[in-house]
Amino acid sequence: MTNPNGRFGIHGGQYIPETLMNAVIELEKAYDHYKNDPEFNRELTELFNEYAGRPSRLYYAEKMTKDLGGAKIYLKREDLNHTGAHKINNVLGQALLAKKMGKTRLIAETGAGQHGVATATAAALMGMECVVFMGEEDTKRQALNVYRMRLLGAEVIPVKTGTATLKDAVSEAMREWTSRIDDTHYCLGSVMGPHPFPTIVRDFQAVISKEIKEQILEKEHRLPDAVIACVGGGSNAIGTFYNFIEDKDVKLIGCEAAGRGIDGFETAATINTGRVGIFHGMKSYFCQDEYGQIAPVYSISAGLDYPGIGPEHAHLHDIGRAQYVPVTDDEAVNAFEYLAKTEGIIPAIESAHAVAHAMKIAPQMGKDQIIVITISGRGDKDCAAIARYRGEDIHE
Amino acid sequence: MSNIYKAFENKKAFIPFITCGDPDVETTKAVIREAVKNGADLVEIGIPFSDPTAEGPVIQGANLRALTGGITTDKVFDMVEELRKDITIPMVFMTYANVVFSYGSEKFISTCKKVGIDGLILPDVPFEEKEEFLNLCEKYDVDLISLIAPTSENRIAMIASKAKGFIYVVSSLGVTGTRSEIKTDLSSIVKVIRENTDVPCAIGFGISTPEQAAKMAGISDGAIVGSAIIKILEKYGKDAAPYVGEYVKSMKDAINLLR
Repeated sequence: MTNPNGRFGIHGGQYIPETLMNAVIELEKAYDHYKNDPEFNRELTELFNEYAGRPSRLYYAEKMTKDLGGAKIYLKREDLNHTGAHKINNVLGQALLAKKMGKTRLIAETGAGQHGVATATAAALMGMECVVFMGEEDTKRQALNVYRMRLLGAEVIPVKTGTATLKDAVSEAMREWTSRIDDTHYCLGSVMGPHPFPTIVRDFQAVISKEIKEQILEKEHRLPDAVIACVGGGSNAIGTFYNFIEDKDVKLIGCEAAGRGIDGFETAATINTGRVGIFHGMKSYFCQDEYGQIAPVYSISAGLDYPGIGPEHAHLHDIGRAQYVPVTDDEAVNAFEYLAKTEGIIPAIESAHAVAHAMKIAPQMGKDQIIVITISGRGDKDCAAIARYRGEDIHE
Repeated sequence: MSNIYKAFENKKAFIPFITCGDPDVETTKAVIREAVKNGADLVEIGIPFSDPTAEGPVIQGANLRALTGGITTDKVFDMVEELRKDITIPMVFMTYANVVFSYGSEKFISTCKKVGIDGLILPDVPFEEKEEFLNLCEKYDVDLISLIAPTSENRIAMIASKAKGFIYVVSSLGVTGTRSEIKTDLSSIVKVIRENTDVPCAIGFGISTPEQAAKMAGISDGAIVGSAIIKILEKYGKDAAPYVGEYVKSMKDAINLLR
């Protein structure tokens, strides 16, 4: 899907300072070499299986299916991975690649803290130094994850600039990378940023759809009618979509964080409210004002609170292959509580956006149809925030 | 060919950078006029961006103050049009790709020409991505300025041989901001540039003192100073113009001693 210049249709590219160009060229060369290297792939598969606990389960949510009364619902349980989210897939791949490249230090941005925790974990495992940039606002929303990262030996730097959320953490990590390139790999957490990151991250996350395909064929002897995932930058969604892109009968549905609704300013639904722009190394859709100033976006979910979307998603939207729907805070919180009560599974508030959309469409579908929802992460980290949303103050 | 060459004609250039609208447009106009009066050879005008990823804390602060003050791309164009009535030295814009792209690249670059902007510096547009802007810059006779960094190495010849206007040599790794010491082997970089082009090159990032300016202009064709000037604006706000003028004079005097 990537053309040689790192483009997905008109999107993607490498809009970065000259200082970083040789670094991304070096990364691309290394990746092109190792992605086909049997030894690299053997090591990565071993890490996936023995360390992260892959393959993750594809669970038939029978109670939820019966309750909604329509399509058969399966949950892809990325929440059961080590560190509690899909983020570990990408991080193990990039950390291994960085190590092969001779890098000794990983830097990363994080929103909800899941990618930061995953990066700190891989750094601890592989004996690398780790620095994580996190918006100050998010360090408050996700205090537990800040502690986890420090416990794993990482340094967490609160970012105070701009809206003090994920986009500012990305900007600060990019600034840090321009100041120290020799020994440092920027372990980008989503399918965004300059080429080759959107391709590298997608390839490491594609294991999600590869497994879904094998598992659903074994259980149902057919492909699903729709696969659904939440989208911020879009890494778990592209992982969920990737091996189904050529299967035109499988609907690909990405759920964007609409925050308090797409008619107002307090939203992070990029495809639904943004337009094409250039930011953070890529051309894609961004929430911005008429002069191209990036909008201060909002979502209850720190992980989806980002004003852009990965370039491959932008392209899948342009060509009509994937559909991107807005899901509000309120709908996501309802779904969070619903899945906990119905299936005994507490999803990340990010993943709850995907559950919410499935709850809308499943009743309209036939009982012979199948939906797969990717539960990208577990929701322990969100319990305090959801309690607050419901007016209850609990201390972690 | 634009007028940029005039900034380097038989002299070493001093190039101040000013963020437009920090804290308001009237101050920016006064500061630019003072800088020109005190010997600036080319003025680099920053159009603020919400998320300036190549900037250190000082210029980030200027962007924020300017945007909070209500600056827009249209207001920047209006300001330049007015300054052009009395300022004849070359002026260039420094901004981010999205500011140009979202305005409509052709509308932006043709307006640059109309109001008298000679060049455009886009720190997030490297050699590989310049085509979509370069074609329009050539159409409207605005120079798209190339940047060369300490990490450019094997890329210097490629970038230099296609450069227009002047080459912006980034002195150090990292983002903009004053530095006590510049460690990069800039003479070697400038040597490779000179082997590949006659286009002048000026060094920026980290320069704040007259000694540093003289040293950098000695190695190259000029010195670019941003954060040190923004610090004066940070300190004196609307009253900054005479202080900037005084500072520009001290920098230009140091550079002039090279002759």
